[in-house]
Amino acid sequence: MNSKTIFEKSHPGRVGTMPPPSDCPAVQACEVIPAARLRGAKPELPELTELEVMRHFVGLSQKNYSVDTQFYPLGSCTMKYNPRVNELVASLPGFTDLHPLSGCQHVQGALQLMYELQKGLAEITGMEAVTLQPSAGAHGEVTALFAIERYFKANGENRHIIIVPDSSHGTNPASAALAGFEVVTIPSSADGLVDLEALKAHLGPEVAALMLTNPNTVGLFDVHISEICRLLHEVGALVYYDGANMNALMGLARPGDMGFDMVHINLHKTFSTPHGGGGPGSGPVGAKGELVKFLPGPTVVKHENGYVLQKPEHSIGRVRMFWGNFLVMVKAWAYIRALGAEGVRNASRLAVLAANYMRVRLQEAYELPFKRVCMHEFVLSASKLKKEKGIHALDAAKALLERGFHAPTIYFPLIVEEALMIEPTETESKETMDAFVEAMLEIAEHESGETLHAAPRGLPVTRLDETQAARKPVLKQ
Amino acid sequence: MIPQDLKYTEEHEWVKVLDDGVALVGITDFAQEQLGDIVFVELPEVGVSFKQHDLLGTVESVKTVSDMFTPVSGEVIEVNPILSEDNEGFAPEIINQDAYGQGWIAKIKMSDVSELENLLDAAAYKKITEEA
Amino acid sequence: MPYLPHTPDDIQAMMETVGVKDWDELFSFIPEELRLNRPLELPPALSEYDLVDYFKSLADKNAIFSNGSFLGAGAYRHFIPSIVGHITSRSEYLTAYTPYQAEASQGTLQTIFEFQSLICRLTGMDVANASVYDGGTAAADAVIMAHGQTRRSKVLVSRGVHPQIREVLATYLAGSGLKIEEVPLNPQSGETELGEIDKDTAAVLVQIPNFLGIVEDGAAISEKAHQAGALAIVEVSDPVCLAMLEAPGAYGADICCGDAQALGNPVAYGGPYVGFLACTQKLMRRIPGRLVGMSEDTEGRRGFCLTLQAREQHIRREKASSNICSNQALCALATTIYLSLLGPNGLSSAAQSSFQASQYLQRRCQEDLPGYSLALNGCTYNEFVLRCPEGKADELQQYLACEGIEAGYLLQESYPEFKDCLLLCCTELTKKAHIDELIERIKSFEEA
Repeated sequence: MNSKTIFEKSHPGRVGTMPPPSDCPAVQACEVIPAARLRGAKPELPELTELEVMRHFVGLSQKNYSVDTQFYPLGSCTMKYNPRVNELVASLPGFTDLHPLSGCQHVQGALQLMYELQKGLAEITGMEAVTLQPSAGAHGEVTALFAIERYFKANGENRHIIIVPDSSHGTNPASAALAGFEVVTIPSSADGLVDLEALKAHLGPEVAALMLTNPNTVGLFDVHISEICRLLHEVGALVYYDGANMNALMGLARPGDMGFDMVHINLHKTFSTPHGGGGPGSGPVGAKGELVKFLPGPTVVKHENGYVLQKPEHSIGRVRMFWGNFLVMVKAWAYIRALGAEGVRNASRLAVLAANYMRVRLQEAYELPFKRVCMHEFVLSASKLKKEKGIHALDAAKALLERGFHAPTIYFPLIVEEALMIEPTETESKETMDAFVEAMLEIAEHESGETLHAAPRGLPVTRLDETQAARKPVLKQ
Repeated sequence: MIPQDLKYTEEHEWVKVLDDGVALVGITDFAQEQLGDIVFVELPEVGVSFKQHDLLGTVESVKTVSDMFTPVSGEVIEVNPILSEDNEGFAPEIINQDAYGQGWIAKIKMSDVSELENLLDAAAYKKITEEA
Repeated sequence: MPYLPHTPDDIQAMMETVGVKDWDELFSFIPEELRLNRPLELPPALSEYDLVDYFKSLADKNAIFSNGSFLGAGAYRHFIPSIVGHITSRSEYLTAYTPYQAEASQGTLQTIFEFQSLICRLTGMDVANASVYDGGTAAADAVIMAHGQTRRSKVLVSRGVHPQIREVLATYLAGSGLKIEEVPLNPQSGETELGEIDKDTAAVLVQIPNFLGIVEDGAAISEKAHQAGALAIVEVSDPVCLAMLEAPGAYGADICCGDAQALGNPVAYGGPYVGFLACTQKLMRRIPGRLVGMSEDTEGRRGFCLTLQAREQHIRREKASSNICSNQALCALATTIYLSLLGPNGLSSAAQSSFQASQYLQRRCQEDLPGYSLALNGCTYNEFVLRCPEGKADELQQYLACEGIEAGYLLQESYPEFKDCLLLCCTELTKKAHIDELIERIKSFEEA
């Protein structure tokens, strides 16, 4: 298959699309700006016609798997259907042409939308206030940790430790480190939950917060959650909710009611906004009590005569420019408005039922390390297959690609050997799930490490040499 | 496969004592096998002094990064040029191929020879790798 | 229920397989007291038709400035060719995840590789990553990189850097032990007045053109930074300018960061935009975020894959170079398509037209508006500071808004020293007629 880059397809002299010409009087840059500050030669950009550009990018798109073309049961990523009406409303010129520094009186519609979304997300998570500023989940995490750091500093307390379970997302410890905390990792118990004794052993006056995903990364609801929050609060520490897995709980249970003090949620997971090949996302952060005053600002506040942007009292300041990934907010609010309270609850219920259905159908052929009802996702292990047939999780993943499915998340969480993490989401039909299950069973039964060595076949490329790519990186052309 | 004439640490580094109180250090064959294909080594700066067990650098494979600690105190007087990315002959795979020989990482002018006594001998290190 | 495929029969069948009789049993492991036993208080569900209607009503409450906009200040309205949106809305790009499975993601991977290449070509740098959140966090990443490289404890930040970027830096660095020291601007020229740089300085951060529109002397600033062993970081807010102004890599910048919104993304009330981060070869292993490399598959064919991942959070956890996971991939794709379509001539034309319109507006202000003047005498590209008669800037802005003109950014709040001043911006979308209209309206404001 042709993998020429856009630069290799360039022909000097070809013209794509030109911006409108200027009708202002001509002035040469060198009459105004010293020559040394001007560019000598034009930048070396490709030169192609519009059709050539179209074919290049459409051709490349056809080398991708996506939710619209394949089942994409990527654990922890909530690859649900991305409704197109959301895209439509986010493309309204009244939103796309709006300048972020236009005065509040000119942007009342945008502010109203943000205000309503803030309120909706606060209700869904059981928080008092929400900021929409963070651009992604990890950005939300570090935002909350900045707030936690500032909160304790304001109280005259020196708490420098963040506790994370060993099953946590890598972003948790990375965010804690970025916010200047020391990270303590605690082991999980044999049943995949927080090890209460290990937690207790690390609690003390230096602990600022525990970061926790619930349901956690192996897809289990932590039944001790109230006790965990109580233990943290007893030593004056806080509990942070990583909302990556909120798709399991909408309308069923709320982090705020469990005792969490702060949360982030991923609009690009739970609230159906598309992942776009890696972004943009949006990671709103919610807070309760005194922490509300430390949220980044500004947030949208409703006054008698309209909506305004206002900084919380002890705001940590900005975590990015302007107000957040606004168009992503538009899409998420459209999703919530399309489903309503009953719809979002049904979505979560069905997400959980779907995951359990697949779990039960696969737990014999693959190992299930934690044998109980899961939430919206579950983790299998290929370690038995590896021993018996030489099939690694990676091989199983590649075999699935070959069969027209996107692979599950593999080798995460780190606490499960040869992990395969599967999240079907609520938008996949039973037939699709059945077809995937059949494929997984067939792989376990008929394939071996040897037969899968060359998998995936029939895709644009076979397995790539990642070692050479990292040793002598070629990062541009 | 574990050379008898070297000293080892629990973190899988080895030391070979050369003449004049100079120590050659590297990571063990066991360590390179665990890491897989090595793609990059973050080397210490020549001229900088380290205390025993200080972070000396990192060894990176495609899927993981491992910290490397200095087994003995002293000043780094040379680093293996094959492992330096600025060098034409950059070939970090040398550690995979010859961890105890050409895959050495740094030469350290030891400041306290007695530290060698608190390191593991081949037999003790072998035991650690068997338990791992 | 929209988007949910399961019929009552499907649900029944799945429950039987799972071995539960109803929802309560399925959720029985959530402790009773934690279950939400009431419906969420959300507004009622809307049908697709009513949904569109509702969002249109919200969009309609936002003002459209039919007689032109002169507002830039970090978000720029440029021409966006129609096929940009067409391609970015294709399912295969829009609904794919991060390209972890390379064989099933060659489309996304190759476009990221091309984005990295285009950013390098534009900025003159050696290495660029797959994008970060926005210009603000790109600057924070750049400063953290410089700190890691030099192990020095202070960063000099020009007052000419966008005030919101400076706020982001303050938030990010508050707990880090890295101190920010502001470098003043020359009140006449608007250029950064870099004094002595001491040995504690990790980097000097300047924006070129700076927030007040002045095209600074990047070469002199870089040289001064390097003499003190510090890195030079150059921020670019509207990278269209790089078709006209010297590339930061060419005058010695070690890191170039900024926002590529102007290259193919709408202003969209502030986001999503696309932060970019580029550096020299020497700093390659310090750059945070995703990187795509060119490689070969087992049959010797060219292919693209994520690389140098061992620095990232999913592997290195608390020792990672950054916590970033999701980035701004789809906006980066828009930029990739935009630059491919415009090519060297199109981008140069956009830059030249923006510059030309701004020059014309400056001339008209000086010639036709008594009492108004240019606040600074440094050279400008497409933005400049207009000083209004005392106490009038605010009122003028409101007056013009009523006339359908978005009249720039009031500097007073962020720059008290620029009282009565408006920051005005032109792009290739600013027509002569817009400018003439603006001048006429200001005249009538003065007469009123």
